[in-house]
Amino acid sequence: MVDAVEAEGLVKVYGSGEGEVRALDGLDLRVAEGTVVGLLGPNGAGKTTTIKVLTTLLVPDAGSARVRGTDVLRDPGGVRSTIGVSGQYAAVDEYLTGFENLDMVGRLYHLGSGAAKERARELLEQFDLADAADRQVKGYSGGMRRRLDLAGALVARPPVLFLDEPTTGLDPRSRLGMWKVIDDLVKGGTTLLLTTQYLEEADQLADRIAVIDHGRVIAEGTADDLKEQVGGERVEVVVEDAASLGSAREALAGLGRGEAVVDERSRRLTVPVSGGASVLVEAVRRLDDAGVGVSDLGLRRPTLDDVFLTLTGRATEEPDDSDGATRETQEVAG
Amino acid sequence: MTSLAHTAADAVTVTRRNLIKIRRVPDLLVFTTLQPIMFVLLFAYVFGGAIGEQNTGIDYKEFLIAGIFAQTVVFGSTFTGFSLAEDLQKGFIDRFRTLPMSPAAVLLGRTASDVVNNLISLLVMGLSGLVVGWRIRSNPLDALGGFLLLLLFAYAVSWIMALVGLLVRTPEVVNNAAFIVIFPLTFIANTFVSPETLPGPLRTFAYWNPVSSVTQAARELFGNTNPQFPPPDVWPLQHPVVYSLLWSAAVLLVFVPLSVRQYQRTTSR
Repeated sequence: MVDAVEAEGLVKVYGSGEGEVRALDGLDLRVAEGTVVGLLGPNGAGKTTTIKVLTTLLVPDAGSARVRGTDVLRDPGGVRSTIGVSGQYAAVDEYLTGFENLDMVGRLYHLGSGAAKERARELLEQFDLADAADRQVKGYSGGMRRRLDLAGALVARPPVLFLDEPTTGLDPRSRLGMWKVIDDLVKGGTTLLLTTQYLEEADQLADRIAVIDHGRVIAEGTADDLKEQVGGERVEVVVEDAASLGSAREALAGLGRGEAVVDERSRRLTVPVSGGASVLVEAVRRLDDAGVGVSDLGLRRPTLDDVFLTLTGRATEEPDDSDGATRETQEVAG
Repeated sequence: MTSLAHTAADAVTVTRRNLIKIRRVPDLLVFTTLQPIMFVLLFAYVFGGAIGEQNTGIDYKEFLIAGIFAQTVVFGSTFTGFSLAEDLQKGFIDRFRTLPMSPAAVLLGRTASDVVNNLISLLVMGLSGLVVGWRIRSNPLDALGGFLLLLLFAYAVSWIMALVGLLVRTPEVVNNAAFIVIFPLTFIANTFVSPETLPGPLRTFAYWNPVSSVTQAARELFGNTNPQFPPPDVWPLQHPVVYSLLWSAAVLLVFVPLSVRQYQRTTSR
């Protein structure tokens, strides 16, 4: 299959000496025509820098990249006419109406004034913004702004689309709406490279996932491939009283294939196992015998969180931070 | 379409966007116009008495207006840097830069709409000048030339501010930085006092300061000079129109390419 996006050995270094940050450190990436690749990684992994290089915004210190065969460095103008980009912040003008925003983008693509207007109306309809078309964007919700921004990226019907964290900062309902919109686009045959720090999002939208950390791709494959790498199932127990975590661990010793992981704050104990439901039954029996009060117990398939943990030795968010509230603000801050 | 026609069309599109904003954010327009009115009133009535005729040879208000015009349009051009930094911060420049549009268009559109801003403040200042007693004593053509020269010089300064805005990237910092430079630039000049009253090095600076020549040129073109009090015998002030045009041309020659180059490299962080 032809690759719509190819990048080899991309390096981008910010600053120098002590303060040097290697935002990209030899990144290789391929996106086949008509597929969706999710670039997954925590904040600061190099996702946005990758998008900026591929969309001609940033010149890398080393490496090369092509979009549909056009070299990003040699012919940035050529690349710009085949791509659509929606950045991390909704780059829409607050004081223009939704219609005026899209009309402006259409004119800048040189569609001509009639076609620009027509396309703007069409996109507003498609993105469920027709009612708000003639209102100033400053009155739009976060989700509406994002949709408008995405619509702006689609004005010229680009065959290749780049979306940088398209749902960061959106509430769950708007996120679902955005997923639906993106899903419809992809069904229409658009090639898409999207970045995300939401594992669920990559799982949901992408055909293939590239896990990125410290400016390199550390794993690549379908969601199932990656889960495979982490290995099988695990038994997860949440005990009623944190004090009984110790006895729970003792009770389950030898049940699994490896060491149990204890998280005191959430009173959770995780044991990698193989053998399916029968292991779960055995776990119940042992916990009951040991008199451990259980508030939740289950057999879990690996999530992409586990994938990341296994690949990098740390969770996608701050290593020692399992506090849900802090996590949410980090995500919103994007 | 040729690339030149593309550039022009793109610049018009960007200008339109900027002008819509002037219309939709009336606060901006109110302050753009209130500030010059305030300057006219403050200088005419606060300094007018103290500085007066003995210093300038003519009615101070008459002398003053061209200086305030020059100062205000130069300050007005900082809006170019402020707006570009703001667009950069909001990711708007990123959006423009991923479009197959001319790299000069965003800057051309920005600076063009800032000429409109300055035109509005000149109109308002002119009217408030008339109210406090300023009169154009030349002919309409010369007067028009005076306004055009002020706008041209401010347009050139806009391109300096464009580079500053793209380099500094924080709108508030652009404003503060510009203030530190523009305040002395417009005061160590013949704008509000006769430069002969300044101490040595400042006097020399004032003589060669293009703000002085622009002010002097405007005074001459508006007919606000007094033959009994000729300008200092230095080339820039004896040939203020030529000197101002040379400066404007030189600034544009240097800063248009520099700003466009910086625009092509810049991206939000």
